[in-house]
Amino acid sequence: MTRKEALVVVERDEPVSATWNRVLLARANDRPTAWDYVQRVCTNFIELHGDRSFRDDPSILAGLASFEGRSVAIVAHFKGKSFKDRVQRNFGMAHPEGYRKALRVMRLAERFGLPIISLIDTPGAYPGIEAEERGQVEAIARNIQEMFEIAVPIVVTIIGEGGSGGALALGVGDKVLMMENSIYSVISPEACAAILWNDPAMSADAAASLHLTAQHLRTLAIVDEIIPEPEGGAQKDLSKMSQALKASLLKAFEEIDAIPREELLARRYAKFHEMVRFRLLS
Amino acid sequence: MKEKKRTGWLEKNGNDDRGPGTGSDPGEGEKKIRIPEGLWIKCNHCRQIVYRKEVDRSGKVCPKCNYHFPITLDERLEQLADPGTFEEFAAEVVSSDPLHFSDSQRYVDRLRSAQKKTGLDDAIRVGECSIMSIPSVLGVFSFHFMGGSMGSVVGEKVVRAADKALEKRRPLILVTASGGARMQEGIFSLMQMARTSAAVGSLKKAGLPYLTVLTDPTFGGVTASFAMLGDVIIAEPRALIGFAGPRVIEQTIRQQLPEGFQRAEFLLEHGFVDMIVARKHLKETLGQLLCHLGARRNSGTLCQGSQTG
Ligand SMILES: [Zn+2]
Repeated sequence: MTRKEALVVVERDEPVSATWNRVLLARANDRPTAWDYVQRVCTNFIELHGDRSFRDDPSILAGLASFEGRSVAIVAHFKGKSFKDRVQRNFGMAHPEGYRKALRVMRLAERFGLPIISLIDTPGAYPGIEAEERGQVEAIARNIQEMFEIAVPIVVTIIGEGGSGGALALGVGDKVLMMENSIYSVISPEACAAILWNDPAMSADAAASLHLTAQHLRTLAIVDEIIPEPEGGAQKDLSKMSQALKASLLKAFEEIDAIPREELLARRYAKFHEMVRFRLLS
Repeated sequence: MKEKKRTGWLEKNGNDDRGPGTGSDPGEGEKKIRIPEGLWIKCNHCRQIVYRKEVDRSGKVCPKCNYHFPITLDERLEQLADPGTFEEFAAEVVSSDPLHFSDSQRYVDRLRSAQKKTGLDDAIRVGECSIMSIPSVLGVFSFHFMGGSMGSVVGEKVVRAADKALEKRRPLILVTASGGARMQEGIFSLMQMARTSAAVGSLKKAGLPYLTVLTDPTFGGVTASFAMLGDVIIAEPRALIGFAGPRVIEQTIRQQLPEGFQRAEFLLEHGFVDMIVARKHLKETLGQLLCHLGARRNSGTLCQGSQTG
């Protein structure tokens, strides 16, 4: 096994306030949602509902669509639009049945040879009594494991918040893209500040320390490509943002198409296998 | 919207005041986790005075109420591995502090003090051993090392344990105790959920048994990845197991949690663990399960369908 040291020292390439501004942009109420992009990047979207076991979780959007001349499956976190809609969709924090719905649709896609577009935008998996009762941990673990086994191309894009395990439950793929002002982290900066600094006022510092921006994660080789946003953020020009997303998805699928299909899963495994940093004692 | 401290469980949960069975204070050292000296001791749970030798004989379990006292990683190894058979590997894998993380304290200093306190390099040890004469690969967590949190080193050791099991065609057994992901390694800690889940997935394809034993407490990224993916999942009595910590959930829903919430018995009732096994029967149970699932004894013989454990 190769020795993996801290290969790159990621310097703070922007002030803490700029990182914090990205956190705010990623979470902003007017930030475009998965629904907005699906409407603009795809045509013929047909939503599919339910996990076939318990209920339909509106925190997760899943379905089939046409994308640039081919049929694809969509799985996405959906925070909702209006306040009422956001409440109903639990602000994009899924219950186990949401992850199970996504897995069901991904397995459907695999059976019919459809590539998968996954859009990530969640504060995290919902922490609640029923979520625990219905196996939040099992649902997340199963999705992560099975996404390594689904033998069709998967392109993951973080469009807003990539909140920990709840994000990763839709986050395994052959390419991982991030919008310029999206974030992806093991813990929210607020919770991190409360635990490690014992001071929620240190959230911005925690955000910077966690290296949760697209720029940092590109440097750390977690993310393959950063999708540039319009000046001021994705919400400033939705149609331009959608075009940029479409172009990046197209490029990602073209690159995956060049991989012999029988190597796809081994490459996916190898890609994530590299996402570790340690040192070896001599 | 109010900020949800979803993974706020990390590292602090040992001090949870919801009652006994919540793991020991991670502030105490691995070496120092000892039931106080003396012939008689007071149980943390039922508060009865019990005879120390009796507690020791049952693997640090209260004879009156079946409370499972916290035990150290080495005690666990001693209880599960056949005497003298544990051979550690991947011990040379240590943290590189990939993000140069510093909060109120530098991560490297936190690591150093955890190492000093516990005598361990990180929150898990993995090795080859025999369990009931069955050659196995065994990994055991220490909750006393930074709350058993999973960063790159823990992830890598789990992956290497799975690789070793594949290479030697042996079963893999992982005994967990963890508050979740290690924040100080940021995204790399999150990615260990993916790496470990994928690695144990390879055992499934190779037809090798993979058993997990969830001990008190097992939470967050460890539960939501390889821990819940065992072919058979065992829990220790009363162990707290879940995704979000009880206090995080209470803060989110602003309600009291029901009695017994997230205990091993609750998970059994809801169908998420196969069985609850008392510590004194754990080794024997693992042996029997491995036999049923086609593991071989040291002699190379199959024990499937045999009359004795
Ligand atoms: Zn007792």
